[in-house]
Amino acid sequence: MPDSPRLAPCGDRALTVEFAQAIDDGVNARVHALDAALARAPPPGVQETMASYGALLVHYDPTLTSFAELAPLLQERARTLTIVPPRQTGWRIPVAYGSTYGFDLDAVAETLGMAPADVVARHSAAHYHVHMIGFLPGFTYLGGLDPSIAMPRRPIPRAQVPAGSIVVGGIQTAIGSIEGPSGWHVIGRTPVRAFMPARDPAVFMMPGDRVILEAVPTAAFDRLARCAADGSLVAEPIL
Amino acid sequence: MVRILHCGPATSIQDQGRFGWLRFGIASSGASDPLALASANALVGNPAGCEAIELVFLGAALEVVGGSVRLALAGARMPLRLDGRTIASDTTFVMEPGCRLEIGAATAGIYAILAVEGGFDIPAVLGSKSLHRRASLGGLNGQPLAAGSEIALNCQAPSSDQALTLAPLPLTADGPLRAVLGPQAQRVTQRGIDTFFGSAFTVSNAVDRMACRLDGPPIELTHGHNIVSDGIVAGSVQIPGSGQPIVMLADRQTTGGYPKLATIITPDLRYLVQCRPGETVRFQPVTVEAAEAAARAAAVALAQVPLRRRPVPRSPAHDDDLLALNLAGHASSACDPVTWQG
Repeated sequence: MPDSPRLAPCGDRALTVEFAQAIDDGVNARVHALDAALARAPPPGVQETMASYGALLVHYDPTLTSFAELAPLLQERARTLTIVPPRQTGWRIPVAYGSTYGFDLDAVAETLGMAPADVVARHSAAHYHVHMIGFLPGFTYLGGLDPSIAMPRRPIPRAQVPAGSIVVGGIQTAIGSIEGPSGWHVIGRTPVRAFMPARDPAVFMMPGDRVILEAVPTAAFDRLARCAADGSLVAEPIL
Repeated sequence: MVRILHCGPATSIQDQGRFGWLRFGIASSGASDPLALASANALVGNPAGCEAIELVFLGAALEVVGGSVRLALAGARMPLRLDGRTIASDTTFVMEPGCRLEIGAATAGIYAILAVEGGFDIPAVLGSKSLHRRASLGGLNGQPLAAGSEIALNCQAPSSDQALTLAPLPLTADGPLRAVLGPQAQRVTQRGIDTFFGSAFTVSNAVDRMACRLDGPPIELTHGHNIVSDGIVAGSVQIPGSGQPIVMLADRQTTGGYPKLATIITPDLRYLVQCRPGETVRFQPVTVEAAEAAARAAAVALAQVPLRRRPVPRSPAHDDDLLALNLAGHASSACDPVTWQG
């Protein structure tokens, strides 16, 4: 039996249910199982939940419920979790590594003492799972990075990196969505739009989904980017 | 419609916010000062969370096209001139086509709300008309307002010519801003916690709708400034490696990897956002029970805003009455009416 999660208040209308401060498929599965359990039978006053790697943030209406009321209820739900396998969905995401798309690739490779092609081979060989979506709309955090290519975050974040940037920060890697600030290393770029409000669904990758990053020639990027702009997913479903 | 002649670069349409999309990385956005939104809306007969124009420190000039419109301004103190005549804020006024409204830069506070009767005829995106600027979501075509912006109205003619007024909202709290410890206070040393609750912090220049960085004595962390990223609420006080707190706001990133020492309670967050760079704030710890009680009281106060409206008597000296009423309100809230007039 795993340990009970730690519950902590986040002000007057939210609390966090923290299973572990860890990047781990098993921990993440418990977070999403609790999320699913609350979605199936929402406790009175719970407004919105948000799963991250190891914790579930629960927003509630303090005129309808309270931390004291929710805490035992959430502990009970956490104790009786059924870990259901995530939906059997996977995505093959095309990535143009290096050059102007992954402008940090050479520096990352040099720091790691590897050839850039080795970094690309290791990054694109892994089988990833979506652990969470957050930070920016559609920004997709992946679990499963090969630890041999983990890289401490940049000491000074960049104010803007392009939409679709494929980034590495510590033992985390992610598929960027929209243009935004980043302290991570940009090693490639995908034409896939992880977030597109005019498309239905606006966000198509879900926590638990499997992801394969497929290196594509940089020449293919522009063609795929045009398809993506027209609303095509460009990402290929895998079974 | 309303046509913007000029405005500050951060001027946008905001409503009560966009809820239910945190799981896709989309923060709520919404008016930075929800009480100002409720007040301005109440003065034109709108529901509390109706979309309106949010002005950020700088003023604007605008005109209406096609028909008369009832408007009201609340929140930060911004001088109003309608066709050159000074008019009162926190009071309903009617603009005829061809009139020009000049809104001056804020003389106190940062965020003001200009509400129009009926709100704007623009599409809600993911359930809200609030602009989420970084995602180009909502607002007028996903963008801030700018010179030349034309915003269609839902209401074609004023429903009443009765002017209403409210006391101007306080922009500064009576005491230190209340905050609940956690969720990662265990990553901060006792000395760090004492520093946070025992010191004055200055609002830095690094402040916008996403976050507000505070300058002050550095807060000491137990071990390093990286945690595994988790969810962030509005009001969350993050401590990065520099030890200078960053308070996350309406347009924040939804997850982050810095320890969160405390969370400023939502009823007090409007006082922080109304602070100008250089102004100081202090914090006091409260229990989660006290925080929830404060939130319930704030919900009641917000629901009662319409009950506090007073009709403005009609007389030949209409404008003078408005001005007098407003000056009384400002004087009682310790604002300088001379500054306000200028």
